[in-house]
Amino acid sequence: MKKLIATAVMLAACVTAPLSMAGEKIRIATEGAYAPFNMMDNQGQLVGFDVDIAKALCAEMKADCEIVAQDWDGIIPGLRARKYDAIIASMSITEERLRVVDFSEKYYANVLAFVGPKGKALDTTKDALKGKTIGAQRATIAGQYLEDNFGNVVNVKLYDTQDNAYLDLASGRLDGIMSDKFPAYDWLRTPEGKGFEFKGADLDIDDHIGIAVRKGDKLAGKFSTAIKAIRANGKYAEINAKYFPFDIY
Amino acid sequence: MSWEWGVIWQYLPKLLDGAWLTIELVAISGLLGLVIAVPLALMRASEKKAISAFPYIYIFFFRGTPLLVQIFLIYYGASQFDAVKNSFLWPVLREPYWCAIIAFSLNTAAYGAELIRAAIQAIPKGEIEACMALGMSKFTTIRRIILRRAAGIVLPGYSNEVLLMLKSSALASTITLLDLTGMARTIIARTYTPLEMFFAAGMVYLAMAAVLILCFRLMERKLNRYQYAKRPV
Repeated sequence: MKKLIATAVMLAACVTAPLSMAGEKIRIATEGAYAPFNMMDNQGQLVGFDVDIAKALCAEMKADCEIVAQDWDGIIPGLRARKYDAIIASMSITEERLRVVDFSEKYYANVLAFVGPKGKALDTTKDALKGKTIGAQRATIAGQYLEDNFGNVVNVKLYDTQDNAYLDLASGRLDGIMSDKFPAYDWLRTPEGKGFEFKGADLDIDDHIGIAVRKGDKLAGKFSTAIKAIRANGKYAEINAKYFPFDIY
Repeated sequence: MSWEWGVIWQYLPKLLDGAWLTIELVAISGLLGLVIAVPLALMRASEKKAISAFPYIYIFFFRGTPLLVQIFLIYYGASQFDAVKNSFLWPVLREPYWCAIIAFSLNTAAYGAELIRAAIQAIPKGEIEACMALGMSKFTTIRRIILRRAAGIVLPGYSNEVLLMLKSSALASTITLLDLTGMARTIIARTYTPLEMFFAAGMVYLAMAAVLILCFRLMERKLNRYQYAKRPV
């Protein structure tokens, strides 16, 4: 009998131990090719606004986090396959994505903008863009907005990474790029971006950026609470100021 | 797991558009590659070091670096130089389509040249000696004997290279081309059904490979018909 109880206790310990620890350890995926939100530094470490926010949220939630890099195309399938538990990679909350994942509340809001070469006028109204070649990153809001709203008049080119789209803008193959505004703002201040500027007006498309988790995962609520907390205690403003002189929330 | 057959049927016409581009890329660069490979192989088979050195270096470079790197260097690399952008080549190098064809042709030519070189060297010495004994000129020997014999020997190995290129052509999607893979990835970005789309794309690749295999089988039967002849009883 004693032996049986001992076994039962051991079994119970085995079953509960990993459960209680599972709440603490959170694996977070980011892309690592979307400056200044997530990118690799010289040492190959993930850095950027998303990474800083992820660390701040984990500190707020007192969770042990591991941040991994994951290619954008496979980032949602990887989440669903349980390779990690959350995506903090400047991902827009869309209806299509909500069918397969859940999101936290927004942690910033995105607007779109056109970028083109300085000294070459680019009228960004639909009629004026007729026949132009405009690039965007594949599988992004900018890419889909471009296809949906300008696809019938402009020649749309989709790139695997934003860097490749910039390279092709510099090469002159593209008349312009449609991009999320904040990363473009960052790129325009680099030596490579110095010959380019924003064209036309920003496109506010009510695009909210959230943290993706698996359907039904309670992590979404925890992240939302933590976002509110770092907004309130000034941690968010501190990170924001590191990257942009204006509030992007 | 959810599996949607509907999405495959819905997007099949688009996938087939992509497949057509894949066929174009493979057919054009396959032929161009062969045209480049034959002289390279003949030079490579030469006993004179001065002649065999160039194809040796060429083959070493193109077999020793990844095709993806070659495509990136040609498409993104070359276009960063104003000298290239202002040259007469720019109308061609500007287009991702031609950049892909250039990269694929040069790459497959390197592998093809090595295969053909091996085939040339596998021709029995006696046959070449017979040509000399008959007083055939070098050019006639190459045209009528060496290349024809080498074609029969190289065919099984060459079909491998063409099949590998069919699959490598998926890399065209990295330079904005909407080939079969590029199309599948663009559809996936919208529908979030990677398994269904890659499955469908895989089946289309398989069908294209089946046709290629059949073509090579028929060619082999024709070129090496002496091997298939019925032995007299």
